[in-house]
Amino acid sequence: MRAATDQLSSTFAALADPTRRAILLRLADGAATVKELAAPFEISGPAVSKHLRVLERAGLIQRGREAQWRPRTLDATPLKEVAEWAGEFRRFWDASYARLDTYLQHLKEQEKSDDDRN
Amino acid sequence: MTTATKPGVTAFATPNDREVEFTRVLDAPRRLVFDAWTQPKHIQQWMLGPEGWTMPECAIDLRVGGSWRYVWRKADGTEMAMGGTVREVKPPELLVTTERWGPEWPETINTLRLTESGGRTTATLTVTYPSKDARDAALKTGMKEGMDPSFARLEELLRKLK
Repeated sequence: MRAATDQLSSTFAALADPTRRAILLRLADGAATVKELAAPFEISGPAVSKHLRVLERAGLIQRGREAQWRPRTLDATPLKEVAEWAGEFRRFWDASYARLDTYLQHLKEQEKSDDDRN
Repeated sequence: MTTATKPGVTAFATPNDREVEFTRVLDAPRRLVFDAWTQPKHIQQWMLGPEGWTMPECAIDLRVGGSWRYVWRKADGTEMAMGGTVREVKPPELLVTTERWGPEWPETINTLRLTESGGRTTATLTVTYPSKDARDAALKTGMKEGMDPSFARLEELLRKLK
């Protein structure tokens, strides 16, 4: 579970930046070179490369083998883990509260029967 | 703002940049709700999330500065641990704790407020993240509210991939 948690942390960190999210969305349409990825942004090539390194470390993109172009491709596996986790967060409270409803009825009845005995 | 009025429904809101809020109306007086929320023998009965999890470990030292630790376990042996400290406790209306999943994880501040009216209790649980980015990163890919267009597209992408 620890390993999964660390994966989530690095995915969250990578997704926290709007430029990196835009890069991921561009890659969702297909592989692209660094130059193509940098084109829509008013930032330097090195700045784009830095974002790409963060995404790569988070396992969100992969680097192509072709020496000349080295296109980047999207790897969505960590995204799915994040979506599942965020969904879980809400489901956790929904499911727990449903159980609490029943449990509180049980506590109320128990209290009532204790009162009746006294 | 939150508008949870019906029992049996959890309202979800993001009241500001760093918070997530869950509100639920419970059909019991708040001293019972407070006990259910703060005593391990009760917590272990309900704070279990989706089907299939149990809470084999549950400890809370209910005083300012006291620590708490919960461990959940799934039938396949997967475990999840959480812990933190108690910052403020005012039975039966307020409990403020810090929460952390592990050293890599951002610490959140969880505030539980209980108000009672006509024998029913409104429980408002507010989770405060250290930054807007930390909260958004935790929420936006999986939840609908307040999404910017690029996140909406990410959602779309995720649906396609499923």
